[in-house]
Amino acid sequence: MQTADETFETDVLIIGGGVTGTGVMRDLALRGINCILIDQRDLNAGASGGNHGLLHSGGRYASSDTETAAECRLEGEILKRVAPDAIDECGGLFVAVEGDDPEFAGRFGEHCDVAGIPCHQLTTKEAREQEPGLSKRVFAAYSVPDGTVDPFRITVANVDHARQLTDSLYLPHTRLQGFEMEDGVVVSANCRDSRTGNRRSIRARQVINAGGAWAMEVARLAGCSDVNLLYSKGTLIISNTRVTKGVINRLRPPGDGDILVPGGTVSLLGTTSDTVTSLDDIRPTVAEVDRNLAEGMMMLPGLENTRFIRAFSGVRPLIREAANSDDGRHASRGFSLFDHEGEGLSNFATVTGGKLTTFRLMAEKAGDLVARRLGNPELCKTAVEPLPSSDVVRWTEPGFAPRYWYRRNDPADIILCECEMVPQSAVDDIVTSAPGAEHQMSLQAIGVRSRIGKGSCQGSFCSINTTSHLYDRGIYDSIDGLLHARDFVQGRFKGVGPILWGEQMPQMELAEALHCSLMGLDYLGQSERVEKEAGSGQSE
Amino acid sequence: MTTKPRVYQTQLAVIGSGLAGFAAAVFALDKGISTAQVGNTGAIAYTTGYLDLLGGCGEQLLEDPWEGLKQLRNDEPRHPLSRVSDGEIQEAFSLFTRALSDMGINYTKPGERNLFALSPAGTTKPTLSVPETMITGVTAKDSGARTLILDFVGLKGFSALELVSNLRKSWPGLTAKRLEFPGMTTGAQLYPEVMARALEVESTRRQLAEMIRHELGDAECVGMPAIMGIHLPDRVHADLQRMVGVPLFEIPTMPPAVPGIRLREMFEQTFPALGLILVPQQKVKNVDLGEAGTVLSLKDSYGDVVIETRAVLLATGRFLSGGLHADRFSIRESLLGIPVTQPEDRAGWYRKDYFDHRGHPVNRAGIEVDELFRPLDASGVPINEGLFAAGILLAHQDWMRQRCGAGVAIASAYKAVEALSGYLS
Repeated sequence: MQTADETFETDVLIIGGGVTGTGVMRDLALRGINCILIDQRDLNAGASGGNHGLLHSGGRYASSDTETAAECRLEGEILKRVAPDAIDECGGLFVAVEGDDPEFAGRFGEHCDVAGIPCHQLTTKEAREQEPGLSKRVFAAYSVPDGTVDPFRITVANVDHARQLTDSLYLPHTRLQGFEMEDGVVVSANCRDSRTGNRRSIRARQVINAGGAWAMEVARLAGCSDVNLLYSKGTLIISNTRVTKGVINRLRPPGDGDILVPGGTVSLLGTTSDTVTSLDDIRPTVAEVDRNLAEGMMMLPGLENTRFIRAFSGVRPLIREAANSDDGRHASRGFSLFDHEGEGLSNFATVTGGKLTTFRLMAEKAGDLVARRLGNPELCKTAVEPLPSSDVVRWTEPGFAPRYWYRRNDPADIILCECEMVPQSAVDDIVTSAPGAEHQMSLQAIGVRSRIGKGSCQGSFCSINTTSHLYDRGIYDSIDGLLHARDFVQGRFKGVGPILWGEQMPQMELAEALHCSLMGLDYLGQSERVEKEAGSGQSE
Repeated sequence: MTTKPRVYQTQLAVIGSGLAGFAAAVFALDKGISTAQVGNTGAIAYTTGYLDLLGGCGEQLLEDPWEGLKQLRNDEPRHPLSRVSDGEIQEAFSLFTRALSDMGINYTKPGERNLFALSPAGTTKPTLSVPETMITGVTAKDSGARTLILDFVGLKGFSALELVSNLRKSWPGLTAKRLEFPGMTTGAQLYPEVMARALEVESTRRQLAEMIRHELGDAECVGMPAIMGIHLPDRVHADLQRMVGVPLFEIPTMPPAVPGIRLREMFEQTFPALGLILVPQQKVKNVDLGEAGTVLSLKDSYGDVVIETRAVLLATGRFLSGGLHADRFSIRESLLGIPVTQPEDRAGWYRKDYFDHRGHPVNRAGIEVDELFRPLDASGVPINEGLFAAGILLAHQDWMRQRCGAGVAIASAYKAVEALSGYLS
């Protein structure tokens, strides 16, 4: 065994920085337990950041899965109470369009009743008054209490609160490589900091695997073969403006492009569902974008001429049960908690599956198991304790930065991101005090904790301004700053490529002219990169 | 009451006011061809002011553009630059840079090798000719001169520390200093264009020179953002330099930047005096291509304009300046509906990796021309005997990756004007 460069010790190690992992972290911290959270990339890098941001009323599952529907309804109500700042109670509609099954549509009301979901049938005229963009071909409509939730706000606030409560620690870009095991007990986790190459050893009394789609791989590293996941890739597209007031759902069995969710100043249309066998190189494609759009236009014809700024993909981890088909549309949206005791392990558990809407409940169940195992008598508090909201976690909220900037009224606080009006002081705040802030923070990491790169330029221009600012502040002092900028725009391009047409083409042309012809990011530091790789190779 | 349209009769109408359009106007006037220039200002304000010929080729940046052209003619025979000989390119560049000097902005003489000129990020860019206000940056870097780089409070996206951090390895004698621009000390955001106009005033120059002298230390020269005046930058530069006492140079800023604005304003001011009919910033509404000549209709703030011309040169650029338009299914040429060579479908427009050195196929989409630079219809026949095209609207080039935007503009404009001059006589 090789010695580690850094060693850590904690009560509970949590693997996976999505809504579930950070939810477990806060849940345990509220019980007085110290945790370390690791993620191979950063907060919400998986499905937690790659979804609609829909706070389900449960209506979506009312016709197929009453249990999940009722769970969504209950959890939705709890989140609206404890995390109102992260939620927009915009309401939602279910609409059936000519060609959809009238019988399915007709029975929606009674299915909602069974699951306890408040649901009102509307005339098509009432529906169009509420949402003028609806197609004239809509023949049935119901209103439900759907909402939206900002998953970035939730994760960042979870981590921030856990830090305040028990000094819990979050370590980004920390890749799990294996576990040290003794007699059915996980003693420590061997990790590598993928930025520096340092080896990190984390000793913990309990380990929670909240790896989302990666949970199966993590469980296998602990020798557990009882976690079986189906990977369902979903692609969504984001419009430049908010298309509707509330959520619009297609009233039919789930299919492509049948949910449109507002997200602050934009709207998100999705999703596709395609089973994939690998988690590598997940990215949206032109075909997926076009499928979403074709279906979305059935409900909202105006989408034909809407400007889209990005597409993105997430992978839903669906629990595969023996009899399940391989079709992700029909697999359960429920979640599972594996205690792995059947595999002879006593301090390792996996929680995966589920949905954004039910993350708190997933964290509660995992927290209960860990608390019991640790002999901690405290009960779960997340259903009643409000999620605190400090400024440093508010930068993800659309509209917060401009309000803050106007209030502050300091002309010297220059706006770095013009699309989302993010000023210098916000970036300074994030690099010094946001959860997961670190030396030479990357633009990607700043982007996760703010609105930078999320507006219509998709980071093409604010990446340049922000990089210059970070050089000014001495945060960057070598070519690494430009390498971060390059990696950032390269990462954003994954989502921009498939939606390039119309008004986005001139934007892209200007961006590419700046990045390549002017700044030379396409030929940047090839020699430096080679040296670096040689260096990290030696430390293997 | 209806006002009568203003009607002009010319031999040539150039549509497009980017680098290719301006170069074409320069070459046409040089030949004594009566010329009108119309159309939206292109993306010229987005340029650095550097005139690239050919700087990128596959995995590497090129030191010798002429060697690169040899390779290009072999590998990419349909590339617009492959259709122009070295001699013609040299002639085109020297005619164009001489014309720029005559009109008021001096450029360095296009030479045998690429210059590696500074970018605002502290990287360097291969280019053939740079404004004289910028050349000291290239020579100081090559000689490793002790150099002070200045930036200004409030000027976003230009950080002297960024330049120094990225250049220090190969240029150890660099230092950075931040100044408050004279008369603009609130800390609020400053725009290069406003600063440049301020430096046309002698007292501002004097105050700035005083501040620079104060920070000079043992620096042998000083670099700063490109803000040395909009008009007559060489005079502003020389005057500042005299007052500071060491060589000064400009570094392009992020666009819209002063060097491009200078070119645009200079063309707009000097062309009419040279006899050119200029209807700037207006979109052409209708083009009636005929056997004997073409009629262009447009409108400006004084009313309708009609231009009757024998030849038309199309230099409308790509997506950014509106020459091309893309919908979800295909790319079309905006003004005349000329067929656009393009990938089969949208899935083929872009590669997976943004920075793939092969460039994105969509960037090579464009219109086809014959050896006389006349646009071709779907069957490969010239659309009109009197219709010519130049610039990055042409297919089979990737000006961004190949660093050949000015090269394509100037060389193809030269060739097209040669051809249309033959047609007119």
